[in-house]
Amino acid sequence: MDIPRGKITAIMGPSGTGKTTLLKLIGGQLKPARGSIDFNGQNIPKLSSRQLYNVRKQMGMLFQSGALLTDMNVFENVAFPLREHTNLPETMIRDLVLIKLHTVGLRGARNLRPAQLSGGMARRVALARAMALDPSLIMYDEPFTGQDPISMGVLVKLIKKVNQLLGITSIIVSHDIHETLDIADKIYLISQGKIVGQGDPEQLNRSSSPWVEQFIHGYDDGPVPFHFSTDNLLDDLLGDKK
Amino acid sequence: MINKLAILGQQGILFFSVFGRSFILFLHTVFGFFHLFKRPQLLIKQLYSVGVLSVIIILVSGLFVGMVMGLQGYNTLVDFGAEESLGVVVAMSLVRELGPVVGALLFAGRAGSALTAEIGLMKATEQLSGMEMMAIDPIKQILAPRLLAGIISLPLLVAIFSMIGVLGGYFVGVELLGVDTGAYWSQIQEKVDFNHDIISGVIKSIVFGVICTWIAIFEGYDCIPTSEGVSKATTKTVVYSALSVLGLDFLLTAIML
Repeated sequence: MDIPRGKITAIMGPSGTGKTTLLKLIGGQLKPARGSIDFNGQNIPKLSSRQLYNVRKQMGMLFQSGALLTDMNVFENVAFPLREHTNLPETMIRDLVLIKLHTVGLRGARNLRPAQLSGGMARRVALARAMALDPSLIMYDEPFTGQDPISMGVLVKLIKKVNQLLGITSIIVSHDIHETLDIADKIYLISQGKIVGQGDPEQLNRSSSPWVEQFIHGYDDGPVPFHFSTDNLLDDLLGDKK
Repeated sequence: MINKLAILGQQGILFFSVFGRSFILFLHTVFGFFHLFKRPQLLIKQLYSVGVLSVIIILVSGLFVGMVMGLQGYNTLVDFGAEESLGVVVAMSLVRELGPVVGALLFAGRAGSALTAEIGLMKATEQLSGMEMMAIDPIKQILAPRLLAGIISLPLLVAIFSMIGVLGGYFVGVELLGVDTGAYWSQIQEKVDFNHDIISGVIKSIVFGVICTWIAIFEGYDCIPTSEGVSKATTKTVVYSALSVLGLDFLLTAIML
């Protein structure tokens, strides 16, 4: 799987197929049984703990829940990586944090605590925090799940903006077809640990692969069957009662 | 029969697996203490949360334990005409045993369970994973200050417990039951030995501080990140801490006597 630099790549597939696991492998939170994961010329699974933490400064991750630190307010959450990894004076950190919050439209929410934010706002703050160290890669784990149409539209716009203006390589894991096809430059469709389709949105829409067709169009039956594997119905009804 | 043996074997392997994981985490956390030189505010915040906020329960419990000891001690000693020794009985019992043990049990119930719940919820809400992806080691940032705060706080809390307990015994014995004030304090001064009694209490409280906080942070860090998982972890913290404290108390008492 190749993730083109500076583009938005989507990884899509049925639930439970390993999309989030893939992000955790790229981020080094999990080790693969075999194979390699190259990031900026470094093989992630082979890195020492110190090297891995250094590489992670070049990555940002937007978790599904936002993963904001609940004992800090919005400002402190975005400032957290800057305070930990830089020696910048507080005045400069303040300006950087306000710029990041302004980018996501939440500069006015700087003093709110995570419990006071809606789900969409929490994700936007998490995006501001993920951008704090100006990473070269941002990974989005199901960014549109559970969002109302307005929040979804805002997030779609922000992801596109972050990619276009800042040139940050983006990987989106999602099964929201419409939103993802709208912004992705390249899409990988995975199922049961294998790539079953890849290409840009037009290529996938025209694909003749039954897997791709079923997923893109949302058919209830196909290579991913409607019925969970079991005996024939008549055998079950007329046979031994188990 | 074979099945039962297999289950026993599995449980044994599981126990050693958990113990091994917890020991590795403990070592990793201890190495994280050096990080606190650069971020002392993390330790100070935890000293407040773990130590200062436990003072009230320690004070109230210590007072009542001391008062009960005064009552019970007087009730027994008066039959032998030895009620003047009440001070020694109360002070020795508190300083050597009740202070460290009851203090540790209260600490495990209040601070230990809170630590486990906090860390478990941070795991469930992906805050720990978020920190890892921000290139910040959650063990250094979250676990190390809590462990060190527990190790520092418990001996101090135990000292407060013992002190307030002696005062509680004084209030009951001297003020209410008429034991001579001079006898109460002079017996304590004469019989309670710093090296033998007080130091042994301090050693016990340090060991209990390590064990209770270690169990608390491990159960939180290792729990299944669901509400049920956090709930089970919190219960395990209190139970395992209590059992460990009582077991270690016997061991340490046998060694130090």
